[in-house]
Amino acid sequence: MARMNYAQAACAALEDAMRRDERVVVVGEDVGRGGIFGQYRGLQPAFGAARVIDTPISEATIMGAAVGMALAGLKPVVEMRVVDFALCAIDELVNQAAKARYMFGGQGRVGMVARLPNGLWSGSAAQHSQSLEAWFAHIPGLVVVAPATPQDNYALLAASLACGDPVVYLEHKELWGLEGEVAPAKSAKLGEAEIARPGSDVTVVTWSRTRHAALEAADLAEKQGVSLEVIDLRTIWPWDRDAVLGSAARTGRVLIAHEAVQVAGFGAEIAATLAEESSARVRRLGAPRVPVGYSQPLEDESRITPQAIVAACIELRRARPAHR
Amino acid sequence: MQEALDAERALALYRTMARIRAFEDAAEEASLGGVAAFGASLSAAKVRGPLHLSTGQEAVAAGVCAHLRTSDLLTSTHRGHGHTIAKGASLERMMCELFGRAPGTNGGKGGSMHIADFSVGMLGANGVVAAGIPIAVGAAHALRMRGGDDVVTCFFGDGAINRGPFLEGLNWAAVHALPILFVCEDNRWAATTTSESTTAGAGALARAEAIGVPGEQADGNDVFAVWEAAGRLLVEIRKGGGPRLLHAITYRVKGHVSVDAAAYRDAAKHDKEIERDPLVIAAQRIAKRDALEAIGREARAEVAAALRIAHEAPWPEAKAAYTDVQDTGAGRWRG
Repeated sequence: MARMNYAQAACAALEDAMRRDERVVVVGEDVGRGGIFGQYRGLQPAFGAARVIDTPISEATIMGAAVGMALAGLKPVVEMRVVDFALCAIDELVNQAAKARYMFGGQGRVGMVARLPNGLWSGSAAQHSQSLEAWFAHIPGLVVVAPATPQDNYALLAASLACGDPVVYLEHKELWGLEGEVAPAKSAKLGEAEIARPGSDVTVVTWSRTRHAALEAADLAEKQGVSLEVIDLRTIWPWDRDAVLGSAARTGRVLIAHEAVQVAGFGAEIAATLAEESSARVRRLGAPRVPVGYSQPLEDESRITPQAIVAACIELRRARPAHR
Repeated sequence: MQEALDAERALALYRTMARIRAFEDAAEEASLGGVAAFGASLSAAKVRGPLHLSTGQEAVAAGVCAHLRTSDLLTSTHRGHGHTIAKGASLERMMCELFGRAPGTNGGKGGSMHIADFSVGMLGANGVVAAGIPIAVGAAHALRMRGGDDVVTCFFGDGAINRGPFLEGLNWAAVHALPILFVCEDNRWAATTTSESTTAGAGALARAEAIGVPGEQADGNDVFAVWEAAGRLLVEIRKGGGPRLLHAITYRVKGHVSVDAAAYRDAAKHDKEIERDPLVIAAQRIAKRDALEAIGREARAEVAAALRIAHEAPWPEAKAAYTDVQDTGAGRWRG
């Protein structure tokens, strides 16, 4: 058990994997200096420039080269700076990484982890603030992971490196400094949610930074006599249906809260599943379908606050559950 | 040291070209009516969907791949049958793949555009122009880390040099001095548009040289010229000299896909171009007429056998649609 922040936890997971397996390599911009968020700090001094490879600003070739490396037997970790820049590498991720194994009839596999820091980045405006997990969840072949805590960033990065599939690994752009206890021996399974806080009145399904907003919301709601159960999905694809449906059966009311634009966000998929498979009342809370603005009052319109989560939960609670 | 071109080698190059030609001719015939494009309608064709033929471009595949070992790797394009054959894949399994049958190289999951045979180092054709370049660069990076003198050969067309991955990939390969031969197989047509009308500057080799990747230009319809140029470049690459580019200028005899009659081309110019058939050019320099005829017969017989097997081969079971997608979350196909 050690206290470390979210960035250090990822470093530690990667360092452990690189020590165990010499096929693990890092490719991306500025990784030699530790990455722009410090999430690769110390790795190039420890493992050398041949394994922690600084690249030109060539997103398409960073991602595509990782596919070639994987097909030739390496296990690349791709650094994309922010998810928004990965849009320059979308062919390589969607048409190549996600499909190579299938379309070649299983002759090759693309075991790689593409780290695409996701989410609203304060003051960084429209091209550095997107939450695109739903895009990747839509693509067969990809695994999509969104850790919210240092412990999960350690354990889920380790699990992602071990799984052998192409993983879109969405750390949050503003969680790097978040501190917490990390137990390296405590593993996490891809596809398994965590009940971050048990409760009885309303289930809040969330992930990434919104987990923390939801936990704050649970404190606020408690003062108003409302008990929230907070479920952190942790993995977007495959998402933990059993955990969500189980909680929905207990509470009868589910709010799905995420930073991504609400329209066609991943919350829509969860809401549809709840509609098909449960009798719970469901609401969604996501960002409005506007680009994230630079100025604070504009940016705030895209933020998911604890207060907004509480308000949505109270509204849900007013509505009687269909069945209990 | 580059080996000398002797009579036996010349016949081997001719044989590779003859096998590619026979395969392409048979695939073309089996594909007619197989795609709803260019005014054609779907029928019960054996080869479905877009089929991009390398007819007339055989010298590039044959001349380059004659220098490659099984342990060398290769990436190809949507027009990739020739490269796959020249790298050593079985015609029978390739034809099964085009027919969508289970014993195909890809189990019927890829077809012509994604044909691959990893057992001979052929890492796949690609349905996206220039997309093989970054993959080849990554594979070359992996080979360099492993050590040894294996190389990657990366085929792409003239259309690809106008896409970003061409610049990105060549730059990366030069910065890291990777063991990779880039081959611009310039058939002068990017789909239904001439590359001449859409490409500024002096072309593929000039662009490569500007990035720091030296190379050579060769007559892509002369298999011996291609073989010699590729041989020189590969010797340098295997010695650790870093990436090289071969600009092989050839001609796309068929339309963009098999059902494209290419009526947009000038008929007189086209007739003149197809006089430069690479098999005829090679035959003129190989005196042994009997041997050439025998090679042609053998190639056609081999393809006829492959066709028979493909016709009778089993289809993949529908459940195969759910294998080799991903392990994490396997079974969760509908939510």
